[in-house]
Amino acid sequence: MCLSIPSKVVEVNKDEVTAIVDTMGVKRKVGIDFIADEVEEGDYVLIHIGYAMNIIDEEDALESIKVYQEILEKMDEEQRQEVQESMVKESDNCPNGGVT
Amino acid sequence: MSLQLKDLYDKFRDPATIKALAKLIGEEAKKLERPINVMEVCGGHTHTIMKYGLKQLLPESIEFIHGPGCPVCIMPKERIDHAYILAQQPDVILVTLGDMIKVPGSKGSLQDARSKGADVRFVYSPLDALKIAVENPDKTVIFFAIGFETTTPMTAALMDQAIERGLKNLLFHINHVTVPEVMKELIDSRDVHVDSYNNRIDAFIGPSHVSVIAGAKIYEPFPRAYHRPVVVSGFEPVDVMEGVLMLVKQFSEKRCELEVQYRRSVTYEGNLKAQAMINKYFEKRGLFKWRGLGNIPDSALKLRDEYAKFDAEKRYADILPKEEIEDHKLCICGDILRGMAKPTECQVFSTACKPSSPLGSCMVSSEGACAAYYKYGGVM
Repeated sequence: MCLSIPSKVVEVNKDEVTAIVDTMGVKRKVGIDFIADEVEEGDYVLIHIGYAMNIIDEEDALESIKVYQEILEKMDEEQRQEVQESMVKESDNCPNGGVT
Repeated sequence: MSLQLKDLYDKFRDPATIKALAKLIGEEAKKLERPINVMEVCGGHTHTIMKYGLKQLLPESIEFIHGPGCPVCIMPKERIDHAYILAQQPDVILVTLGDMIKVPGSKGSLQDARSKGADVRFVYSPLDALKIAVENPDKTVIFFAIGFETTTPMTAALMDQAIERGLKNLLFHINHVTVPEVMKELIDSRDVHVDSYNNRIDAFIGPSHVSVIAGAKIYEPFPRAYHRPVVVSGFEPVDVMEGVLMLVKQFSEKRCELEVQYRRSVTYEGNLKAQAMINKYFEKRGLFKWRGLGNIPDSALKLRDEYAKFDAEKRYADILPKEEIEDHKLCICGDILRGMAKPTECQVFSTACKPSSPLGSCMVSSEGACAAYYKYGGVM
């Protein structure tokens, strides 16, 4: 019920208090009553039952994406280290020093 | 790097990121002194948790409790009966959002009313009601308004437009409800039917689209007065997982705070313009009955007295019943909503009570806990 969809503003009509937004390729007209003063073309907004609710903060979105990227890289690194460590351990266990 | 629209979808649904966050949650959860029960208040969050199987990715020490955040599910039968009765009046067109199509009252659903010849129209946006009123000047159009803080400003905007255009044939039946009051009720009940002192809620994932409008500030009392931390999280699976991680960290670090995970869309103050619009037309209702939970003080809105002439409840007071209708005796939705029971523990779950023929509130809409369990196989 409270769901809403991120969309991009492609055209603002201040007189009509509406905007044309693009939701992954689908264009439609929405009310901008709640963000009329600040909304601009190119903004990302959340659409709920025919109205834009807010302007999505791009910097915050990018910041989140960056944090997730760093988590993934850190995990990859840890995994690589784990694999390397286990290989070292295996060669330690080899009676002739890993040379067959 | 600039943001692309598809990033707002893909990056927050990325399976590798979900798994990585699950691993971090698992590590953090090892520091917990005891298991914690996290209530996701909003049906949208419940849906995400079930759809992406998030529970299965979490350690056993973290349990989800599914909350009452589904305005369709909690609509008591007597209110749906109002809509049903209004729709049957001659010269009335009843307009409501599509979510209300199948919800049964004691007389049937609005879909049933329509099949019996009533003029009921399900719309995508309240603005569609304006168009219907303009096109049918000889009919009375009644907008049956539902939803939380997220949806209330759109009803207010419709009212604004109707007044501006001088429309005389558009009335409103208001059923808007508010989130913090029901959260308080779940912890600290004053209803004789509800023994909330047995509730098992340790923390809340706060509904975030509610906060896009009302701000994160509405959850301020919970850490402070009730000692329950709140993290306002987005609806994508990565958002929910990060929200859970933030909550677990609060417990392991012995903090109890209000935090916002969904910073890209939620501010502390919210959308002040939308709030002003809500306050212009609406005020608190004394008591409102929530299906499955009983009467909750100050948990719903009504039209202000100066707009009485637009109020369908007042205009049709003589034909709208005031009596409460009891919930189904076998239904344990009230217990489910307070985290005392799981849907699968209900004796009518998936037998007498299904999405196609719901007996209780949690099965009524796809966002209800029982309906989500039914759809996604009750794997939790």
